[in-house]
Amino acid sequence: MSAPALLEISDLTVEFATRRGAVQAVKAIDISVGKGETVAIVGESGSGKSVTSYAVVRILDRAGRVAEGAISFSGIDLVAASEAQMRDIRGREISMIFQNPRAALNPIRKVGRQIEDVLLQHVQATRSTARQKAIEALDKVRIARPEERYDAYPFELSGGMCQRVVIALALACQPQLLIADEPTTGLDVTTQKAVMDLIVELTRERGMSTILITHDLGLAAAYCDRVVVMEKGRVVETAEAGAIFRAPQHPYTRKLMQATPRIGMRLRDLLPEAPAPLASAAAAPRAPASAEEPPLMQVTDLVKAYPRPASGSVMARLLGRQEADQPPFRAVDGISFSVARGETLGLVGESGCGKSTTSMMITRLIDPSAGSIVFDGVDIGAIPARRFAASPLRRRIQMVFQDPTDSLNPRFTAERAIADPILQMNPPTSRDALRARCEELATLVGLPVELLDRFPHQLSGGQKARVGIARAIALNPDLVILDEPTAALDVSVQAVVLNLLQELKERLGMSYLFVSHDLNVVRLLCDRVIVMRSGAIVEQGTAEAVLGDPQAAYTRELLTAIPHPPA
Amino acid sequence: MNDMTRVEMEPALRFDAPPSTSLFAHARHIVSENPVTGVAFGLFGLILFAALFGPSLVPYDPLASDTNAALQGPSRAHWFGTDQLGRDIFSRVIVATRLDFTIAVASVALVFLLGGLAGVTAGFFGGWVDKVVGRIADTIMAFPLFVLAMGIVAALGNSVTNIVIATAIINFPLYARVARAEANVRREAGFVRAARLSGNSDWRLLLTQIVPNIMPIMVVQMSLTMGYAILNAAGLSFIGLGVRPPTPEWGIMVAEGASFIVSGEWWIAFFPGLALMTAVFCFNLLGDGVRDLVDPQRRT
Repeated sequence: MSAPALLEISDLTVEFATRRGAVQAVKAIDISVGKGETVAIVGESGSGKSVTSYAVVRILDRAGRVAEGAISFSGIDLVAASEAQMRDIRGREISMIFQNPRAALNPIRKVGRQIEDVLLQHVQATRSTARQKAIEALDKVRIARPEERYDAYPFELSGGMCQRVVIALALACQPQLLIADEPTTGLDVTTQKAVMDLIVELTRERGMSTILITHDLGLAAAYCDRVVVMEKGRVVETAEAGAIFRAPQHPYTRKLMQATPRIGMRLRDLLPEAPAPLASAAAAPRAPASAEEPPLMQVTDLVKAYPRPASGSVMARLLGRQEADQPPFRAVDGISFSVARGETLGLVGESGCGKSTTSMMITRLIDPSAGSIVFDGVDIGAIPARRFAASPLRRRIQMVFQDPTDSLNPRFTAERAIADPILQMNPPTSRDALRARCEELATLVGLPVELLDRFPHQLSGGQKARVGIARAIALNPDLVILDEPTAALDVSVQAVVLNLLQELKERLGMSYLFVSHDLNVVRLLCDRVIVMRSGAIVEQGTAEAVLGDPQAAYTRELLTAIPHPPA
Repeated sequence: MNDMTRVEMEPALRFDAPPSTSLFAHARHIVSENPVTGVAFGLFGLILFAALFGPSLVPYDPLASDTNAALQGPSRAHWFGTDQLGRDIFSRVIVATRLDFTIAVASVALVFLLGGLAGVTAGFFGGWVDKVVGRIADTIMAFPLFVLAMGIVAALGNSVTNIVIATAIINFPLYARVARAEANVRREAGFVRAARLSGNSDWRLLLTQIVPNIMPIMVVQMSLTMGYAILNAAGLSFIGLGVRPPTPEWGIMVAEGASFIVSGEWWIAFFPGLALMTAVFCFNLLGDGVRDLVDPQRRT
């Protein structure tokens, strides 16, 4: 850093007033961002990376305050600046992109208008030129047919498109600093690549500085000049992007890097120290599914069709007229595959490809429109979803959900949640027997037994994930559907949960259907992989074959979109 | 499907949570955070006390007339003054609390059961149940509600029971709609799906997963409609329906006193009116406080 830094954060401490006194979310950190530099702030949840950026633009919520330290932005003291000065700086000098683009846009205002609002607010355009400038801004973020999109509402655009509009909004006033807070979390890998390429290109071309806040080390390394690693409110390491991967200095950085799934790793490599191998199970090679043994589940020509939403004019919709010739929309369009006993099958695809619909049909939460699902010789697709709860097969197909918070009843303790399937389908003889079984399950998934009496909001993300897993395996199911079980978890927690899942599978002899968009994770856990797109299977085969030597162009596209740290 | 929310988003504040505190300590914290809630709880305690013990504590018989002492202003002997028959207004206001409170509680309990159950069933199952419940609510909403209540009491007969029924009926759409919306949102929640996988039947899902989670909202709703129910009962009595004189009841007392305001005897209508206002005010404030108290998220 030779030239004076554009943004200089020194000795910054941010405090939050809570019921149990002040909590320091950020502790005496120093970060500087030079002109035209792209800096990544990387850390897991709770590291204070977002709070730092909120402090910079002074949008901390009411309980938070800058307790100590200084933030100076091209000579202006942002801690002492008046609210009026800040309003001027936000948007014009420093702008921000948030995680959920749809939430960042006003849902009932045309996107073009929203860009105009910003231009007019900061006197970048007059009423007569605003429309033209807004269309130019849309064009710059590579939105095709910007004149038409000007009139679109956010719900009419995809997630990636919305994020582009947000970028257009953020860059509309030519700010000097862009803060992107997890800009691609929740977007598909291919969209993520497009959005990140766009951000980097646009900011380079304008000589802007960027702060990228992310939990993904690979993303940070691929797009940033410098990486700042934060842990529990402190900066533990600052280094050039290349250097941090070649020679991480701090143990936390090393742990984080190790937990990030990459090519050529094994599942156990994710953990800081190799755990004691489980008896013989871990060492034993996976038994290949023998040809003569019938598969545990055979899915044939599975279809789920939904009627298309009413189209046509408002008047026609009001009158209830619908074009009758509209074919129904097929979310899942005739797919066939099988799951062998003891196998982990990966189901991969981007959002909207039908993978979740497929998993819901297999778990019998929704009814298929056509096709059969034969589970252990019984066509369970023929049993209506409503009645499947009473079927003896119910206990043999279970599921681990994507969002561990959403999938736990906020009013049930961990024990009650784990006990639910047991109470419904295999009532124990006594309360003590139930408690004993819950404790056994908790131990199995590595949940401290004393946490069983807590409510979900008193548990961490990883602990909630364990409760969800314990509930799914409570009745020793044969097939467990894992619906992005680690998507909402930090990488280090993900590493532990993935290893736990693998260990449980080996110990209990279950089969997994692993639904995910993260190919690196699928590579680690799965024996075979199915790639889906628009409701159909694009490619299937063994994990090594599909991910090592993909045949379909789409699979290759997915693989190249994953950000790889420089080797 | 990729639209996950990162669970530990605002992690700065999320440390290892302590075991839950006692209800009392929690209530104390809520009150210290928002003193208005404390006032509401205090008023509620007062109303409850008056309803339970009022009749045995009041200085005068609320029905005993004493023509010598008619139309006296507030004094040491008669704190709120006396009415045209010389009855002690303070005693009558206090004694009336029990009746008004009972009507409100009974009607709210009734509509909570009927409207709440109809609403969650409609929201959870959808289909024809939803249509039937929705149309019933629409039909009730189509009437001016107070006029509908008058009509019901007039048709069914002049009794306290019928006031309770009428008040419950006019509040039905409110409960049915709130319960329906809340149940509908939670129908697809992850924990409901998870419970379905655990082998719970539809009715069990409704009762163990959905209903407990919409209780905080329903309790707030109940607190708000309590005030409305008291007002409604008093309104019916005011126009001569429902409770009949000489029973002490706030609405009747205001009606009786109304004609004396012109001649300067303001206290006859003022004090029962004040009691009515205080009760409604209290229940409206109570709503927020009760929500804070029952919401499990607030308990850490």
